Amino acid sequence: MTSNDGLADDPLADDRPAGGDRPADDRPAGDDVVLRLAGVVKTFPGVRALDGVRLEVRAGEVHCLLGQNGAGKSTLIKVLSGVYRPDDGDIVWQGRHVHLANPQAAMKAGIATIYQELDLVDDLSVAENIYIGQEPHRAGFVRRGEMRRGAGEILTRLGHPEIPVGAEVGRLPAAAKQIVSMGRALSRDAKLLIMDEPSAVLAQDEVSNLFRVVRDLTAQGIAVIYISHRLEEVREIGDRVTVLKDGRTSAVNLDARSTPTRDLVSRMTGRTIEYVFPPRPPEPTRRGEPLLLVDRITRRGEFEDVSLTIHSGEIVGIAGLVGSGRSELLETIYGARRPDAGRVLSNGRPLRPGDVAAAVRAGLGMAPEERKSQALLLGEPVYRNITLATFRRFAAAGFTRSARERAAAAAVADGLQLRPRDVDRAVGTLSGGNQQKVVVGRWLLGDVSLLLLDEPTRGVDVGARAELYQMIRRLADDGVGILLVSSEVPEVLGLSDRVLVMREGRLVHQASAEELDEDSVLDLVMAGSLLEGDRV
Amino acid sequence: MTAGTGPTTNEPTTNGPTTNGPTTNGPTTNGPTTNGPTTNEAVPSGRPGSPAPGLRWVAGEPVKRTLGLVAVLVALLVVGAVTRPDIFGDTSKLWQNELTVLTLASAIGIVTVGMTFVMIGGGIDLSVGALLALASVWCTTVATQSYGVGGVIFSALAVGAGAGFVNGLLISYGRLVPFIATLAMMVAARGLAQKISGSRTQINHVSLINDLASEKILGVPYIVLVFAVVVALGWVLLNRTTFGRRTVAVGGNAEAARLAGINTRRHTVLLYALSGLCCGIAALVVVAQTTSGSNTNGDLYELNAIAAAIIGGTALAGGRGTIVGSLVGVLIFSQIANLFTVNNLPTETQRIVNGAIIVGAVLIQQFRLADLRRRPKLST
Repeated sequence: MTSNDGLADDPLADDRPAGGDRPADDRPAGDDVVLRLAGVVKTFPGVRALDGVRLEVRAGEVHCLLGQNGAGKSTLIKVLSGVYRPDDGDIVWQGRHVHLANPQAAMKAGIATIYQELDLVDDLSVAENIYIGQEPHRAGFVRRGEMRRGAGEILTRLGHPEIPVGAEVGRLPAAAKQIVSMGRALSRDAKLLIMDEPSAVLAQDEVSNLFRVVRDLTAQGIAVIYISHRLEEVREIGDRVTVLKDGRTSAVNLDARSTPTRDLVSRMTGRTIEYVFPPRPPEPTRRGEPLLLVDRITRRGEFEDVSLTIHSGEIVGIAGLVGSGRSELLETIYGARRPDAGRVLSNGRPLRPGDVAAAVRAGLGMAPEERKSQALLLGEPVYRNITLATFRRFAAAGFTRSARERAAAAAVADGLQLRPRDVDRAVGTLSGGNQQKVVVGRWLLGDVSLLLLDEPTRGVDVGARAELYQMIRRLADDGVGILLVSSEVPEVLGLSDRVLVMREGRLVHQASAEELDEDSVLDLVMAGSLLEGDRV
Repeated sequence: MTAGTGPTTNEPTTNGPTTNGPTTNGPTTNGPTTNGPTTNEAVPSGRPGSPAPGLRWVAGEPVKRTLGLVAVLVALLVVGAVTRPDIFGDTSKLWQNELTVLTLASAIGIVTVGMTFVMIGGGIDLSVGALLALASVWCTTVATQSYGVGGVIFSALAVGAGAGFVNGLLISYGRLVPFIATLAMMVAARGLAQKISGSRTQINHVSLINDLASEKILGVPYIVLVFAVVVALGWVLLNRTTFGRRTVAVGGNAEAARLAGINTRRHTVLLYALSGLCCGIAALVVVAQTTSGSNTNGDLYELNAIAAAIIGGTALAGGRGTIVGSLVGVLIFSQIANLFTVNNLPTETQRIVNGAIIVGAVLIQQFRLADLRRRPKLST
């Protein structure tokens, strides 16, 4: 495992190898390489999710994949498991070029994926789940006895013979479900197991158990691609590490144990895209009482004991990983979820918990994370989407006034440089960035005094980002308070006046944006290996 | 300020260079009113990629679909003209025949208007036939008739709306699936109607109600006018009021509507109450036509109303649909029934044809939508 392959700094897309004719690159032991990716590209409208990815996985190793949110890890997994087809690049699997046309093809080839959201059928038994789609049968009848026996053997092999093969999967704890999911992979003779943040749903002792199973598997020659945000896990279970950044491989085949944390973190960060952030006002513009006061709110299992304040004209950013409770916190403040404890005060008056309409009346607005499922009526015209929260204000005696709505929406579209600037077009026909402008633009109408923005630039291209940033800053200059959640640390740092760092449902640090840099925020977000900051 | 706006716009201050005023006006709005307020006559006109065709196409989609249905209706009239030229060739006979078609379409048409609202709002109402029967029975009991015409009308509307309200409460606050809640209401309301009437037909003696069917104004029976008024009010409600806007929002994306501050639960209750109210109005029409109330009224109306709404372009998943489309859907079924009657053809065949029409209409619409989805996502 001497990993001297080093870091690939040059743009990988440029030296994309033609076919499999690159023998000089491999070490003598290269014949145990089961999977090799070179120059893999995958684009979506407006986004280049993978932009020349390189990856090499050997039999019997645990290969860790690191990268920030949006670096392309999920897309890469989906390419490997046949969900997406790459636009370009080579996938060499067990020495042969392959095209994984669909998930079934990937499974047949021996690549099994264990998603974070396990794809188990809750109402079926353990044995049925393990053999789903390939039940042992004779003359069309499932051979139940054989299936149970086989499932039992597989679970024993995984070191968990205690899981009852006849039990309904929905009643099992998360850790056992994961074992069942791995059992399914084994039943299909998988040679490569892709695990997407498997530890996220597990308790500490369950994680060590999982690691034992993973080691058993690799001892049997099965390769594992392991994705995790937790560096200490990578240290413990990983053999080699590949780092993704902005859809590119920024480092390949680092040694998982000896590479310094600084190196890993700096490979994940750094700039390739130049963000254009509007300048901050010279001094913090806190005027008087806080616009919003969140007082120790808790939702069990999501976040705990969170307090924060936002003043008029202030942009407060929350940095944290997906699953750290950021979005849930925002939705709870907004009344879309009901807190178990604590309260939210707007302008000194408590907001009724779990009541969005009350929050909107109090001047709150939210641009949710999932614009398609949570924010837009895709078949409806742009102007109706922009006025979705305000059409009642335009209306007279219950009758809508489309002309006035159009005019107001057109003014918003102008301000946001919506393209095409046509408010009668169905919003579903716009690009992602322009759809996002519509979502945010909705709250430019009416009297919003506090805007909650959840990933406002996800899937938005660079030019549109700059426009959104300027718009957000202009709103703050006009006295609106803004609470911003983003997975992109540079965005939080560049746009906010004040930054809150969230990890595993708690606010662990608070500082002025100038005092923080990307590395220190990532350290806080990722590990807990560094000392924690002051509790907020 | 102008940093990073991209190379496409070189004059960031000029508003909307692509907007050419009048074309942005939807085909439905008459009069350009205050359109394109910021569009000045600076006319950069540098961009060749005008969005106008795409816009027209999208905005015109429901209109196109409805026009297609009207074409089907015309085709049915042509079939009539070929098979029974004696009726369809003679203007006055044709007029009388079509009035009959409209009369027979009235009750189911009114029910379909309510159903269209519920379906656009993302639900379904299986209880409409049973509610019609219940309302017709309730408003024709001897006790109710003793209150005169006002009592009859009030009880029919109140029973329909009240039962619909219960549907809405069960669905919104009881979190029952609409299918289940209204299925239960369908069974229970039919049973209650049976219990009240003792399974007997209750003759209506309130003459003002009976006159709705027998009396005419300008040759048109009153119940056809009632039908027309309900359709017109329904159209206004859906297209011109906040209620209609909320309906589309709730059905199109309930989560988005909720996060925009719309009280989706209350609105859902109102939608089912509206559907029930339509059943009450339809019950009065049926009572007028048959001069009686009966627990067998409105049999299979739920399925006919759903079918009419569906072929009229209403999406089963919600968020899409038009009153005019549903109206034409009702008229198509009604016209087909009429053609079978005037040609003395068996109703068995008619049902088979109806089934084929539903499948055909939905298939065509799905292909249209597939076209829509295949359009390029990025427009510039």
